[in-house]
Amino acid sequence: MKILVAVKRVIDYNVQVRVKEDGSGVVTENVKMSSNPPDDNAVEEAVKIKEAGKATEIVAITVGEEKSQETVRKALAVGADRGILIKTEGTVEPLAVAKVLQKIVDKEKPDLVFMGKQAIDDDCNQTGQMLSALLNWPQATFASKIEIKDKVLEVTREIDEGLETIEVNVPAIVTCDLRLNEPRYASLPNIMKAKKKPLEILTASDLGIDTTPRVQQIKVEEPPKRKAGIKVASVAELVSKLKNEAKVI
Amino acid sequence: MGRESMDYDVVIIGGGPSGLSTAIKLKQLDPNLNVCLLEKASEIGAHILSGNVFETRALDELLPNWKELSSPIKTKVSKEKFLFLGKTKSISWPTWLLPKVQQNHNNYIISLANLCRWLAEQAEALGVEIFPGFPASEILYNEDGSVKGVATQDMGIDKEGNQKDSFEPGIELLGKVTVFAEGCRGHLGKQLIEKFNLSKDKNPQQYGIGFKEIWEIEDKNHEEGMVMHTAGWPLDNSTYGGSFIYHAENKQVFLGYVIGLDYKNPYLSPYDEFQRFKTHPSIKKIIEGGKRISYGARALIEGGLQSLPQMFMPGALLVGCDAGTLNMPKIKGSHTAMKSGMIAAETIIENIKENKNLSIYEEKFKKSWVYEELHAARNVKPSFSWGLILGIIFTGIDQILFKGKLPFTLKHKHADHETLKPANEMPKINYPKYDNVTTFDKTSSVYLTGTNHTENQPVHLKLKDPNLPINYTLEEFDEPAQRYCPAGVYEVQKENDVNKFVINSQNCIHCKTCDIKEPSQNITWVTPEGSGGPKYGNM
Repeated sequence: MKILVAVKRVIDYNVQVRVKEDGSGVVTENVKMSSNPPDDNAVEEAVKIKEAGKATEIVAITVGEEKSQETVRKALAVGADRGILIKTEGTVEPLAVAKVLQKIVDKEKPDLVFMGKQAIDDDCNQTGQMLSALLNWPQATFASKIEIKDKVLEVTREIDEGLETIEVNVPAIVTCDLRLNEPRYASLPNIMKAKKKPLEILTASDLGIDTTPRVQQIKVEEPPKRKAGIKVASVAELVSKLKNEAKVI
Repeated sequence: MGRESMDYDVVIIGGGPSGLSTAIKLKQLDPNLNVCLLEKASEIGAHILSGNVFETRALDELLPNWKELSSPIKTKVSKEKFLFLGKTKSISWPTWLLPKVQQNHNNYIISLANLCRWLAEQAEALGVEIFPGFPASEILYNEDGSVKGVATQDMGIDKEGNQKDSFEPGIELLGKVTVFAEGCRGHLGKQLIEKFNLSKDKNPQQYGIGFKEIWEIEDKNHEEGMVMHTAGWPLDNSTYGGSFIYHAENKQVFLGYVIGLDYKNPYLSPYDEFQRFKTHPSIKKIIEGGKRISYGARALIEGGLQSLPQMFMPGALLVGCDAGTLNMPKIKGSHTAMKSGMIAAETIIENIKENKNLSIYEEKFKKSWVYEELHAARNVKPSFSWGLILGIIFTGIDQILFKGKLPFTLKHKHADHETLKPANEMPKINYPKYDNVTTFDKTSSVYLTGTNHTENQPVHLKLKDPNLPINYTLEEFDEPAQRYCPAGVYEVQKENDVNKFVINSQNCIHCKTCDIKEPSQNITWVTPEGSGGPKYGNM
């Protein structure tokens, strides 16, 4: 079995994100970038499956600018066998990514495609679903547990009501939840070895995909600041304020 | 259980200006050397914090074509100011009356973090192997006592010291020579200085704590290339310190404050002095209408030549501020740190190829311009132990009339942890409330640093005696850790009328001040799990 894992380079989750003064987006200059956290879970799961002898090859892929190579290298350092970077400029929307992945799936013929359930930068949570539709493959989203039973995957999903267990036939798309596993650390010798693993670089136009955004972004702004609280002197005052000012009772 | 080990010609600990310059110079002198460099931050530059007005002297020697290599050195200093601040007034001091070391017209306003990122690219292009996210946590010795290399920190250990599922053992990195370039108060450098008695016959090292904020300010208040320094308010005559305000590119100002850690009043809060400083009319008008976008703090070396330890030992060298090469009156350490690294590289080549003893490092260092600079600078900082006014008068005579050539050397008498007076002998200081416009509390400041440490790991701030903070330090000094820590790591909390000392180690921004200032030297800073700590951008 062969697993394709899609990863994305995003602003590190510890960084306080700042909106650009002109409202055209967020500041990425001088900001620490990292791999999208649930993508780390996707890579970890693929590596675990390979270690259990149930997969033979893991290919890590990303769509993004030149520097996104770092994110692929990180996947290689924790156990992916080779990498692919599809070079693009500017914003790439989920549909364009899904189309790129479709092309790569046609070429690589993986049995499973793993990725994070969503990226922490745009929070779209669409790429896996769109890819599933484009390929006409079954999808298992928000996976918090994956069991491989021959040509069937048993996937536990985290949903609002609790946990849902489903079975999907392979080939399939799985999008991974943070609770799926604890991603391992890349060891120093493995980081060195990862530098020597093959990494193929293509552009979206090599694949014949137009990545021009279809959504026009009008404005990005910071959420309104919360007003400071006040102290009230008595219960009566509190009730009166709740009634007359907040109008909640 | 055996750890894996890897052999290199040279292992360098720390990806700041000194370590990176060592690496680059080594590969320039011999492209075949195997050189690796470890950095505890998640990426090069993420733990670097500096003013920074950069003198290019060392870089001109190291990479003479730096202008063609798209280096992040762009903003030339165009204007200079020096202000003495009173509580509400200020007096401008003509810059031609400043000692030459404090004139900056050939220098550049830079982000040292970005310079380091760029230096790392140059080093990697030369074949240096750089490993960010791997703190060196342990020194390894040969049987003959010489330094053999270092071990990286184990990853995936829980609070109780047990291995988690994600456990990844550390690696031993062995070098013919190991270079320690951890910066001020490196935790391994400190051990080496003690073990090899490198500070024998030297004065105790002197430190300062430096704060920096980056503000995006209004166009009308921004003068790209302007460098301003202040002395005086809010500090009293007996406390050493001052500010910097550098107008960098993109409407940013780098605004900061340095306070000598030899201050005496345990009630003094360096953080609050800095916050209060920004409310001075001369400063407030610059940042008014602007937005604070970054915050950070780091200890720095102030001891100069008198406190500089021997920088060589069997199998290893100390470079940059892991030894202490900062030039205090110049308020610059980057160029000297870089040069010390370059000299170290030359030494190592002769050591490996011609079997020369590493002690030639000292001879080379003494012949270099770094030594000349530090020698001329040596009397400035100790003269300020007589107070700001006498310090300035003496410095004028020493630096302007005699150009640092007075035939005597003043001494640093006390280590910084010895200078605090008992709390009951000193006045309490009432700091103004934060207004969340110009001044901010520690929590929102630390938030801007992007600091994170993986949860459920051992506390990396070790107490030699866990009861001392409450039983002694609280009573005697009102537990000054609550105030000298710029990140709110230390708190004294009352629980059922019993005082408890709390260490919020996840907030630690790796400044090392606690390791320096704790009056009984009860706190030891050790490396947390790799990638932990701040994620500074262009600091």
